[in-house]
Amino acid sequence: MNADSFTIAGRTFRSRLFIGTAGYPNQQVMLNAIETSGAELATVAVRRISLDGYSESLVDVLDGRIGLLPNTAGCLTAKEAVLTAQLGREALGTDWVKLEVIGDRELLYPDVEELLRATEELVADGFTVLPYCNDDPVTCRKLADAGAAAVMPLGAFIGSGMGIRNPHAIEVICARNPVPVVLDAGIGTASDAALAMELGCAAVLLNTAVSKARDPVLMAAAMRDAVAAGRSAHLAGRIPMRRFAEASSPQLGLIGS
Amino acid sequence: MTACIRVNGKDHELPADTVAALLAGFGIQPGARGVAVALNGAVVPSRRWPETPVAPGDELEIIRPVQGG
Repeated sequence: MNADSFTIAGRTFRSRLFIGTAGYPNQQVMLNAIETSGAELATVAVRRISLDGYSESLVDVLDGRIGLLPNTAGCLTAKEAVLTAQLGREALGTDWVKLEVIGDRELLYPDVEELLRATEELVADGFTVLPYCNDDPVTCRKLADAGAAAVMPLGAFIGSGMGIRNPHAIEVICARNPVPVVLDAGIGTASDAALAMELGCAAVLLNTAVSKARDPVLMAAAMRDAVAAGRSAHLAGRIPMRRFAEASSPQLGLIGS
Repeated sequence: MTACIRVNGKDHELPADTVAALLAGFGIQPGARGVAVALNGAVVPSRRWPETPVAPGDELEIIRPVQGG
């Protein structure tokens, strides 16, 4: 077993990358990107079925390739999110849920009150709850206190690709939160994912940065490597920043001195 | 007036008296992979579709996993 594996709610992961399944150019690219990423967990949404006729089930496509994590994307209230989570549990046979309760349809920003309420209800109902939340140490602590198995603060708005807008807050959350921290949302490119890991995140969850890249499979490889590199750098310990230069070459024996 | 049930937000005629029969009318068989059902806001496990009655005015949600982030 990889010594650097990590655990959420008793489930051990070797890969520190979770990946979304939305927005790929086609299904084969999605499958290739997921495989290349090395991720062991992929998010899916829960939506009303079309009653007009048969279409291929995503479960049939993905089952056996990767673990599935149903989300509650688009839910505006705890009540909607709880029912969506319960339907996802029934559909996929997993009590894990990526809990999203948003308060603004344009910004897709979390509604903290509803998110906390939904977390409490779902934990009481036996769920392993991974809430998508603000990059706010207090909110993250309240979610952990409510029984969240991990917290998933946003780096930036969902799908924005703006990276980690408040790295200091993420670093503080990682240092102080009692449950694993998964950076969720905002990742634009590999350096963002590496930074998340350097700041101390346990894992990174991303989707658009890969699915909408010009070459999604190549970007999946970049993210896989970035997460591994960032994690190694975090473990290795970065040097302190200095305000002035400090020569790395010897100062004695300079020619002409 | 025809008896109606609301399925996924739209009114449908109600030609069946159980969840299983109603779903069969939509081509969804019990045990269909990845399909889940809620009746009036409560999940109905697929093993209970055959014995769960539906009545006029009920609200049914039928869902499946789709691509998401």
